[in-house]
Amino acid sequence: MSGEGARASLASARSFVLGQPGSLIAAVLLATVALAAFAAPLIAPQNPFDLASFDLLDADLPPFFLDDSDPRFLLGTDSQGRDLLSAILYGTRISLTVGVLAVAIQAAIGIPLGLLGGYLGGRVDGFIARIADVQLSLSTLILAIIALALVRAGLGGETLGRLAVPLLVVVIGLAEWPYFARTARAATLVEAAKDHVRAAKALGAGDAAIICRHILPNILSPLIVVATTQVAGAIMAEAALSFLGLGLPITQPSLGTLIRSGYDLIFAGIWWVTVLPGLTLVSVLVAVNILGDGLRDALDPRLTPR
Amino acid sequence: MRAFATGLAFFAKRAGQAILVMLAIAMIAFAVKGALGDPLREIMGEAVPEAQRAELRHKLGLDAPWPTQLARYLGDAAQGDLGQSYIYKRPTVAVVLAKFPASFELVLAASLIVLFISLPAGIYCAVNPRSLGARLILGLSVLGISVPVFLTGIILISVFSVWLGWLPAFGRGETVRIGFWETGLLTLDGLKHLLLPAVTLSSIMLPLFIRLVRGAMLDQLGADYVRTARAKGASRLRVWLHHALRNALLPLVALGGLQIGNMLAFTLLTETVFQWPGMGFLFLEAVTRADVPLITTYLVAVGLLFVVTNTLADMVSLWLDPRISFEARQ
Repeated sequence: MSGEGARASLASARSFVLGQPGSLIAAVLLATVALAAFAAPLIAPQNPFDLASFDLLDADLPPFFLDDSDPRFLLGTDSQGRDLLSAILYGTRISLTVGVLAVAIQAAIGIPLGLLGGYLGGRVDGFIARIADVQLSLSTLILAIIALALVRAGLGGETLGRLAVPLLVVVIGLAEWPYFARTARAATLVEAAKDHVRAAKALGAGDAAIICRHILPNILSPLIVVATTQVAGAIMAEAALSFLGLGLPITQPSLGTLIRSGYDLIFAGIWWVTVLPGLTLVSVLVAVNILGDGLRDALDPRLTPR
Repeated sequence: MRAFATGLAFFAKRAGQAILVMLAIAMIAFAVKGALGDPLREIMGEAVPEAQRAELRHKLGLDAPWPTQLARYLGDAAQGDLGQSYIYKRPTVAVVLAKFPASFELVLAASLIVLFISLPAGIYCAVNPRSLGARLILGLSVLGISVPVFLTGIILISVFSVWLGWLPAFGRGETVRIGFWETGLLTLDGLKHLLLPAVTLSSIMLPLFIRLVRGAMLDQLGADYVRTARAKGASRLRVWLHHALRNALLPLVALGGLQIGNMLAFTLLTETVFQWPGMGFLFLEAVTRADVPLITTYLVAVGLLFVVTNTLADMVSLWLDPRISFEARQ
């Protein structure tokens, strides 16, 4: 039972991605970027975290398509002489890691709560739905900004920088679980009324077994869709927080940190330090969003456009 | 008359809830203040003997048990006193209030842009779902959702300020003071300064609202009453605007109301990029310089804005919903 549900969703996902060139391109682009990012220590020309390896004489060099570029630095350098290509590779790795881990936390909180609410109904369901409503009416971003700002004000910028990755993961992860909970709940309601679940119940299966073996595997499709959109949101939130100076420090830059560090330089005409990490971020986000839309159309028949 | 009473009762209930929420926020602000700030260090510096410290602590009431301190904090808060800013050496409420007009005018300008573009664009996409234009708009909106607001700002600055030199890149420009309200809307310079930040802020909300308008309109256009209205001979435009849009507004206001928190966050980001002297910019300054009273005052202000706008959104929903009416109908 369980294997079939997952296999069926995978199959329909595959057929859609193949039948839809936009989603396919997005998936390939994303896979390439992710691969390059996670292979950063192997393929990056420089270690962007090792400040001692920078040379100020190499500062503010333009990328290869402009005049005066240096073949050692394909995408140019920032004002400290940091190789931008390496910084972008490592930065993408951090951004993707934070995004995926944060969504993992959201799913870990949201899916069990949604399953429970949908399966048990009644007061438990009402209570969970109520908390989800309150949580959603507060925006993640403003909550995250306030939470990290308080950490920074209380413990200082240095401590915040050291703890940035776990803090960002937890803050972004805690705030958006209701999306998973709502989707899981709605899908559970549909699934629990089906014959195979009633049959399992009649055969004497326990609640835990029914939830884990008969419901969860069959509601994975909509959850995959939610996860995709949420990853985009989490990556964007991380970038915004780092841009505000509430995320990763310049010694360990994410894409948002790089964009911020280049921001002051645009007035001097040195636009690439901001624009190239920015383009990377936007490409990743566009790809994830297109993939999310494609998956939704393929996996969630209720939401297909009329 | 009964309907009026219903409205009044609703308002009373909402006001009660709002007061409770504000009380909770004030308590959080008090807790944050207690956890983060040692006002003595700010006032006296580090190198002061302990006896003198204890004396001042007693004089300021900081050695009282925390329920007493909380009661005093809430009492002061009710009278509009949330402490003194370390940076500005002025009451924090006055500091935050002075920055409010800048943020408000930015949000107002951005909201107007969103309103005047998202309504026609969303309706167009709902009415001609398969047209090239609709696909183009929806495609662009995916792109728009994917460009972070601070990056939009940076790109606009690069193009229009640094490259073309048409528009200023930071600050509010020339402002005019009307009472306590410092407005940038009455001078050409002020409006020029407002343009890029307002476009930036609207760019992030626009795709979302186009999708919301489209979704709400699609729901209504499929309803029976729309077919009936068409059947009785009402023109297409009248059916769209008079019948469908009116009913689509209701879910729109409710869903739009959920975006207030995001709007605050995006405003903060936009203010940072354009060094717009509003509340968000002030908050980040307070954070970098650990001005705890100012930070907590911003928390209270954000909470208040949240409560007020949410209540307003609810009131508008009530007003839009023909099933509940304030006025007695004959």
